[in-house]
Amino acid sequence: MGAGWLGAPMERHGRASATSVSSGGEQAAGGPEGRRQEPLRRRASSASVPAVGASAEGARRDRLGSYSGPTSVSRQRVESLRKKRPLFPWFGLDIGGTLVKLVYFEPKDITAEEEEEEVESLKSIRKYLTSNVAYGSTGIRDVHLELKDLTLCGRKGNLHFIRFPTHDMPAFIQMGRDKNFSSLHTVFCATGGGAYKFEQDFLTIGDLQLCKLDELDCLIKGILYIDSVGFNGRSQCYYFENPADSEKCQKLPFDLKNPYPLLLVNIGSGVSILAVYSKDNYKRVTGTSLGGGTFFGLCCLLTGCTTFEEALEMASRGDSTKVDKLVRDIYGGDYERFGLPGWAVASSFGNMMSKEKREAVSKEDLARATLITITNNIGSIARMCALNENINQVVFVGNFLRINTIAMRLLAYALDYWSKGQLKALFSEHEGYFGAVGALLELLKIP
Amino acid sequence: MAECGASGSGSSGDSLDKSITLPPDEIFRNLENAKRFAIDIGGSLTKLAYYSTVQHKVAKVRSFDHSGKDTERDHEPPYEISVQEEITARLHFIKFENTYIEACLDFIKDHLVNTETKVIQATGGGAFVYQKDSDPEFRFQTNHPHIFPYLLVNIGSGVSIVKVETEDRFEWVGGSSIGGGTFWGLGALLTKTKKFDELLHLASRGQHSNVDMLVRDVYGGAHQTLGLSGNLIASSFGKSATADQEFSKEDMAKSLLHMISNDIGQLACLHARLHSLDRVYFGGFFIRGHPVTMRTITYSINFFSKGEVQALFLRHEGYLGAIGAFLKGAEQDNPNQYSWGENYAGSSGLMSTSPELGPAQRARSGTFDLLEMDRLERPLVNLPLLLDPPSYVPDTVDLTDDALARKYWLTCFEEALDGVVKRAVASQPDSVDAAERAEKFRQKYWNKLQTLRQQPFAYGTLTVRSLLDTREHCLNEFNFPDPYSKVKQRENGVALRCFPGVVRSLDTLGWEERQLALVKGLLAGNVFDWGAKAVSDVLESDPYFGFEEAKRKLQERPWLVDSYSKWLQRLKGPPHKCALIFADNSGIDIILGVFPFVRELLLRGTEVILACNSGPALNDVTHSESLIVAERIAGMDPVVHSALREERLLLVQTGSSSPCLDLSRLDKGLAALVRERGADLVVIEGMGRAVHTNYHAALCCESLKLAVIKNAWLAERLGGRLFSVIFKYEVPAE
Repeated sequence: MGAGWLGAPMERHGRASATSVSSGGEQAAGGPEGRRQEPLRRRASSASVPAVGASAEGARRDRLGSYSGPTSVSRQRVESLRKKRPLFPWFGLDIGGTLVKLVYFEPKDITAEEEEEEVESLKSIRKYLTSNVAYGSTGIRDVHLELKDLTLCGRKGNLHFIRFPTHDMPAFIQMGRDKNFSSLHTVFCATGGGAYKFEQDFLTIGDLQLCKLDELDCLIKGILYIDSVGFNGRSQCYYFENPADSEKCQKLPFDLKNPYPLLLVNIGSGVSILAVYSKDNYKRVTGTSLGGGTFFGLCCLLTGCTTFEEALEMASRGDSTKVDKLVRDIYGGDYERFGLPGWAVASSFGNMMSKEKREAVSKEDLARATLITITNNIGSIARMCALNENINQVVFVGNFLRINTIAMRLLAYALDYWSKGQLKALFSEHEGYFGAVGALLELLKIP
Repeated sequence: MAECGASGSGSSGDSLDKSITLPPDEIFRNLENAKRFAIDIGGSLTKLAYYSTVQHKVAKVRSFDHSGKDTERDHEPPYEISVQEEITARLHFIKFENTYIEACLDFIKDHLVNTETKVIQATGGGAFVYQKDSDPEFRFQTNHPHIFPYLLVNIGSGVSIVKVETEDRFEWVGGSSIGGGTFWGLGALLTKTKKFDELLHLASRGQHSNVDMLVRDVYGGAHQTLGLSGNLIASSFGKSATADQEFSKEDMAKSLLHMISNDIGQLACLHARLHSLDRVYFGGFFIRGHPVTMRTITYSINFFSKGEVQALFLRHEGYLGAIGAFLKGAEQDNPNQYSWGENYAGSSGLMSTSPELGPAQRARSGTFDLLEMDRLERPLVNLPLLLDPPSYVPDTVDLTDDALARKYWLTCFEEALDGVVKRAVASQPDSVDAAERAEKFRQKYWNKLQTLRQQPFAYGTLTVRSLLDTREHCLNEFNFPDPYSKVKQRENGVALRCFPGVVRSLDTLGWEERQLALVKGLLAGNVFDWGAKAVSDVLESDPYFGFEEAKRKLQERPWLVDSYSKWLQRLKGPPHKCALIFADNSGIDIILGVFPFVRELLLRGTEVILACNSGPALNDVTHSESLIVAERIAGMDPVVHSALREERLLLVQTGSSSPCLDLSRLDKGLAALVRERGADLVVIEGMGRAVHTNYHAALCCESLKLAVIKNAWLAERLGGRLFSVIFKYEVPAE
C-alpha cells in the first residue's frame, strides 16, 4: 500500500501509537436555522429495490436487514439484486467538522470465480483495509465495533468502522487518486458537511464523483438499521443503572422495541437534536454549538493536550469542584427554596474568578470541569427539548461519547435527576458511525 | 476579598487604586443621614441599598397679607418668595464588585457610627453564608401591570430562570451553570485578564470566527446553495483544537462571549416555550447595562425563537434582590403609600466598552453603579381618562431611535446651557457661592449630554422630556430649586394688572368672535415660554414684549394643525360637564391666556379642574403659584370668585416637577377628582406637554392639544415655521 493514504500500514492488529482524533463527526450546525425549518419533514420511501432479507420483511419495525442472512430469498430475487446492486467496493462516508467516519463492507462470500475477476486495485483495497487496524498516523479501525456476518443486498460479509481526522481528507483523496479508484467506477456516497466542502477535490484530484446525502436522513437511517441488526448478537442500545454510583453503576442492554417518539441527540463537534416520530418523519428541534469540539478545543487551550484521548484521560483524574462554584459554595448547603442540591454546579468555572483559586487548580481539574460543563449543558438542553416535544426516550449518539463513560454517566444521571425519573438516557454502541452507515445504505438503495 | 488585600503588589492592585481615587462621598451620597441598609452580597457583586434623607432648598411662594383692598400696590410684586430647607426621602442603590467590599464596608462603618437606627439586612448567596435564616424576596414595581407573566433570567455567576406570574407569585423553573462566572472565570484562564469589564472590552474587539468552527468551515462554500448561513457557529472553540496555533485574547474572549450568550438565550427560549411566555427579562451582572452582552443575548433570543420571544432588559437591573430585602425591612413605612422617581442627577449611566470614552470614565462606571430614587410625597397613578393605559407612551419622539432629532436636541440643550447657568446665578443674587454652584451644574449637565452623545441609551429611553428632567434634577442637585421664581413673580405681577382689561375687551366681542379670541389668547400666552430658546432671547432683550405683539406673531389660520372649526362647532352644542386643564407657563400664559378661557367655560356651565405642577420647572406655573394667582383674579372677577367658592373651579397639583407631562404618573388626588367630577374634556397646553409628550396620546374623552412651535427646527420638521400653531381637537371614536 506504501505511501498512499496516511502512509505505511501499521503493524497488523496492533494499537495505533498516536491517534490524533477528536470528538466530532456528524456536523451539527449550532443553530436551528438551516434547511430544516419546515416543522416536520415527511419523506417518501425512495428505494425501488426490495430489501434483502425478505424473511425479515414485515417483522416488527420493518427490519432492514438481518445479520442471520437471507435464508429464504428466492433465486430470482437474488438474481435481480445482483443486477441492481452496485459494484464493490461498498463504502459509506461521513465527513464531519472534525472527524471522517468511513464504513466499509467486506464481502466474505466471494466465490472463486469472483476472486478471479476481481481487479487488482479492488483486491488491494480490501486487503489493506481489513488487514490493518491503523492507517498512517491518524486513521483507526474500531475493530471492536466490527459487525460480523452481516447480509447486505444479498451479500454476506463484515462491516468495518474506520475514522480519521477531517484535516487528513486531502491525503485520503490523494490515495484515491494513487489507487486509481476512479477505474473501479465506484460511487462514493458521502454525507456530512465535508461531502459538500470536499466535493470539488474529489472530482478534480481523485476523478471521483461524490453522491452527496443529507446528514440527518443518513443519521436516522443508520441508527434504525444498526439497532435492527444488533451488535453481533448483543444489543446495540444500552443504558446505565445507578449512574452516579461508581460501585453500583451498571451498563445494561436496552431493547428499543418502541422506538418512537425518540429524541436523538447527536453530539459531534457541535450538537444536533432531532425529534423522530417514525422512520421518515422527523424534525430538527434545535442544536447547540457547545459540543465535542468545544470540549476538546477548550481543553487544548486550557491544558495543552493534543488528543481527545489525552483530554479524556486528564479529565478522568481531575476534580471539577475545584474549578466550578457549587451551590453549596454559595449557599453553604442546599438551596432549598429553589430545590437546588448543594452539589449542583451553580457557576461553571465560577471559582476561576478568583486569582487564588486559579493558581490552585491542576490541568486535570480544568479538563474535568470542561467535560462536566459541556456535558451538563447538553443534558440540560436535551431535557428541555424532551419536555417541549413531550418525548421521554433520549438517545445520545456521536463521537463525543466515544470512550467517554464520564459524560455518558453524567448525562444518564442528570436526565434522571432533573426529570425526577421521567426521562431515560439511552446510548448506542456504534456512537459516531450512524451517518456513515446511512450513507452506505443509500448506496445500496436500502430504504 | 482575597484580591483586596493584594493591593500592594503589582497589577492586581490596579482596580483597588481606582476605587480609592474615587471620591467615596460621590458614591455613598447622603450616607450620614442613612436610616436603613440592605446589602446583597452575590457571588461576585455586592449590591447595597440605603434609605436616606436629603435636605434641599425649595422655593415657596406666599401671598402678602392684604388687609386693605384699595391700597396702592401696582408696583409691588403679587406675592413673596422664600427659600426653605426641605427634607425628602431618597433611596440609594449601589453596585460594586466584591473586591471592594471591605473598603466599602469600612467607609460605611466610619460614617454610620454616630447614628442609631441601623438595620443591616442581607440577602443573596454571599449573605446566606453568613446569615442563613434570611429569605431573599423579589418584588416588582411597575407602572404597567400587563407585563405579567414573564420569564426573568438572572445572569449572575450562574443563571436562574424564574417564571413571574404576578407581583408576588413567582417560581424558579430552572437554571444553568454557564453564566457570568463562566465568562469571567474561563475568560480569566484563557486570556489572563482578570477584570470582567476588561474581558468584555477584549471581546468587543475580537473575531470569533478565528476560534469557532463555523458552518462554512464545515461545508465549504456550499452552505449558500444549501440555504445555510455560513456564519453560524457549528462548534464553539472548534478551531482551537489544534496544538500548533496561537489565538489572540480578543478572539477567545469574543468566542466565549458568543458561546455563553447563545447558550443562555437558547435555554431562555426553551423555557419560554415550555411555559408559553413571549417576554423574557434579563438581569444580573453579566447584563448590567453592558451593550455588548445585551446585543449578543438579544441576537440569540431572536435567533432561537425566530423572533417569537422578546428579550427585555432593565436599566437598573440587578437591584431586585436589594430592593426586595430593603422594602421588606421598610414595611413600617408602608412603601405603597409613596411613589418613587429616579433622580437622574445622581444615577449613573449604562456601562460602555466603547473605546472612544475616556478610560477614567469607563473605569468608574464599570466599578460602581449608582441608582437614586427620590420619594415623591404622594402616590402617582394613571389618568383615568387614558384610552388604553398599557399602550400609553408619553413621549412623542424616541431620540434613541431618531438620530437626526437626537443630534439636534443635544446641540440645542448644549447651546441653551449658558443661558440656564446665567439665569440660575441671577436667581440667587444674595448667595456668595451661586456662581460656583452654577458652574458645577454646568459641568454635570454638560457631561451627561456628552455621555448621551456617545451612548444615547445611557439613561434609558432618551427623549426631550428626559433631557429636560435631567436638567431640572441637576439644577436641584446644586441648590437651584427654582431659578425662574423671580421672573415668574414679575410676570405674574404684570399679567395680573392686564387681566381686567383683557377680560373687558373679550366681553365686548360677539360669541363666535370671542371663541376665536380666547383660543388665540391661549396660544399667544403660550409664546411666553422661557424654555424655548427663541423666546427667551426675545424676552431677555425686550421684557415688555407684549401680549398683543405675541398675538401678531402667531401664524394666521389655517394653522399647521387646525381643527378649530370642529371645536367651534362643538361649542355650539351642550356644555362639557367638566374640563381638566393642564396649564403651562406662569405669567401671561396662565393669567391672560388660560384664565379667560377657564372663565368662558365656567360661564357655559362647565366645571374646571386646573392642574399645575407640584414643583417648579422652568417658568412653568406651580400649583402654589396658581393658588395665589386664582385668589388675586377672584378678587377682580366675580365669575372666578364664585366658581372658586362653589368649587366649580378646582386647583390641583399634577404630582410632577417636569416641563413635560406623563399622564401615567399623575397625582392620586387629581385622578380621584377627575373620576368624581366626570371630566369629559382634557385641555393640554404647551410644547412640553402637548408636542414633546402626549401629541399622540389617546384619551377616552374629548381633548384639546394646543401649542405654539417655538423652535424653528421642530416647526420645519412638522412642515411649518417658527410660531406655527398646533390646534388639535380630538373626539374619541364611538
